Amino acid sequence: MAKMTGAQALIESLKREKVDVMFGISGGALLPIHDVLCDCNEIRHILARHEQGAAHMADGYARALGRAGVCMATSGPGATNIVTGLANAYLDSSPVVALTGQVNTYSENTAYMIGRDAFQEADIIGITTPITKYNCQVKSPAEIPTAVKTTFHIATTGRPGPALIDFPKDTQTKKAEMVFPDNVQIRGYKPNTEPHPIQVKRAVKMLLKAERPMILAGGGVILSNASPELLQLAELLMMPVATTFMGKSCFPENHPLSMGNIGMHGTMLANKMILEADVLLAVGTRFQDRSTGTLDGFCPNAKIIHIDIDAAEIGKNVPVEVPIVADAKPTLRLIHQQLVHKIKKRESTVWSKKVKEAKETFLSEMDFGKAEVTSPKLLKELRKLLPNKAVIATEVGQNQMWAALHFQTIKPRTWISSGGLGTMGFGFPASIGAKVACPSCPVVDIAGDGSFRMTEQELGTSVTEDIPVIVVILNNSMLGMVAQWQRLFYKSRYAAVKLGSVPDFVKLAQAYGAEGVRAASLSEFSDATKKALKTEVTTVIDVPISPEDDVFPMLPPGKGLKDTVAGL
Amino acid sequence: MAQEHTHIISTIVENKPGVLYTVSNLFRRRSFNIDNISVGPTEDAESARMTIMVKGDDRTIEQVVKQLNKLIDVLKVTRLDPENIVTRELALIKVNALNTKARSDIINYADIFRARVVDVSPESLMMEITGTPDKIDAFIGLMKPFGVKEVARTGITALSRGAKSIKVDE
Repeated sequence: MAKMTGAQALIESLKREKVDVMFGISGGALLPIHDVLCDCNEIRHILARHEQGAAHMADGYARALGRAGVCMATSGPGATNIVTGLANAYLDSSPVVALTGQVNTYSENTAYMIGRDAFQEADIIGITTPITKYNCQVKSPAEIPTAVKTTFHIATTGRPGPALIDFPKDTQTKKAEMVFPDNVQIRGYKPNTEPHPIQVKRAVKMLLKAERPMILAGGGVILSNASPELLQLAELLMMPVATTFMGKSCFPENHPLSMGNIGMHGTMLANKMILEADVLLAVGTRFQDRSTGTLDGFCPNAKIIHIDIDAAEIGKNVPVEVPIVADAKPTLRLIHQQLVHKIKKRESTVWSKKVKEAKETFLSEMDFGKAEVTSPKLLKELRKLLPNKAVIATEVGQNQMWAALHFQTIKPRTWISSGGLGTMGFGFPASIGAKVACPSCPVVDIAGDGSFRMTEQELGTSVTEDIPVIVVILNNSMLGMVAQWQRLFYKSRYAAVKLGSVPDFVKLAQAYGAEGVRAASLSEFSDATKKALKTEVTTVIDVPISPEDDVFPMLPPGKGLKDTVAGL
Repeated sequence: MAQEHTHIISTIVENKPGVLYTVSNLFRRRSFNIDNISVGPTEDAESARMTIMVKGDDRTIEQVVKQLNKLIDVLKVTRLDPENIVTRELALIKVNALNTKARSDIINYADIFRARVVDVSPESLMMEITGTPDKIDAFIGLMKPFGVKEVARTGITALSRGAKSIKVDE
């Protein structure tokens, strides 16, 4: 057994978890750890400009790669700055592991210790308990290897989620005999991954009998890497597939069976067809209010089969006929296997013909706006410019909903957006994390001017660490989504939404050493994007749009899916 | 609104600091109301038992159980069947006993309720009583006319009847 410091044990543990990159900012309570990182070639530490950015980068990395993303922050304000990032990861079930410094557990002769309100002390365990899947504070250096193993295991298995380990400074500096476990047994944590055979049988029976079966696919399909299984099953029964906001990219949107997203800003097609389904196979979704609208107006005619790895999601919002608590991938595979024994691949059904017709009508009625440059037109153009493997991150608000509606995703994990928490400022740092995860893929952040301002300082990270991403700002000089609600529901009384046309984003980008381009037409946008893709330099493309543009379709708050409004 | 009932949930948790916070925080965050709670060690030194009384309709209670189960430090959650359990609470009650008449009345009531006098002073008596929360409520009600100076209650604890026991799956 080797005797080493807690900081050394942490870095050794991280290597054993195959961590090769972390995002963070140092500080007094992290000095011992960063000192060990100096001599560590296996782990790249990316210096963010704000801890919130570091947490979102870790999140973007995790979502693009399907592995834990690691962020690090010092005690006190460093730690509290990652809180938004953790809450964001928690609601979107993203395996972010946060490592925080903390003041000493004990100090002989100073008050620099836990519980004394020491300099830069914050109770980060207390603060993050409701927004992490797991957190713990290390009390002695010898605990570190097991704490790290436990934390990574919990964050990445079952329903993934963020986790945090708090490292008091003296546990980083003191030495101990370290034992590095290969695995851990956690008494209170045994996620179920295999489906119950009886429930699978019931689901199969119900799907066979269904006349108008439909799939609602959520973020769980992506987390479980179950896209191939989903596609296979959908094609076997000719089931149309609607995705939730978090499920976007789990099913190719250029596929004839793709209905697009459901929900508040879902497609008219998905919101309409789901009401007609008689059996709904819901996979890895939690029936969030933004997806369902009012609950009594959600799928009134459908019996629901609900697959989710989290038992607490079953029956939480919507009563279900067949509950299956399991991992989506083996469950979908099993359902498919059993169906294949019973039926041949369906070519066409009464329902699938209806779906096809509805989709044709829907496509022919798509409205991209009248002006020369509108967000929908721009996003359609962007799709043409990017390869299928390109990763899209978004900010939050109109930009995000336009992207969800008009940017077709083809491959899983190419859509990274803050769904649950709706965190403005998420997209840009997340795109940096995604680029680190997938260096060979172009990564584009679809931004609004309001959101981008919340984490724009990460341009510094992007440029100095040479992580080139493209930021497309749909710039209406407004907090556009709030303005839209004020137009629609508050008699156009604009309050606290006008941001003005500052800063000049082109100059801002240039000030950071990035490329800044203003695009006033689709062709200018296209040229700027092509150039950015070729040169691989961080580029901000500022596209002025009308401040009056609304995102439609829209499901007004407090209404059911049938009341979705196509436009004004 | 579905009908609300009182439910007793017996929860085995890791016996370590911070767990009570995690559990009570969950109730607060999800707007579940704890009516009554007691915490203590079990037959296994590494586990503690939390007996939680909570009001709600069946769907709420189902969520309480599922959300508790999600917590890593929670090892086992069981909804106790109210028809088939023993529930007990202990209370200490300090009552004014200013004259001989009051003193003997109080002791008479205490006998009926099987409460014990555990402390005596010239002006007061302290009684210890165990029983169901209803029984303790009733006893405190009877003491009120004498002047109840202080009450300390432990909170409810409960086990199901019979040989079966709640065991943590290893």
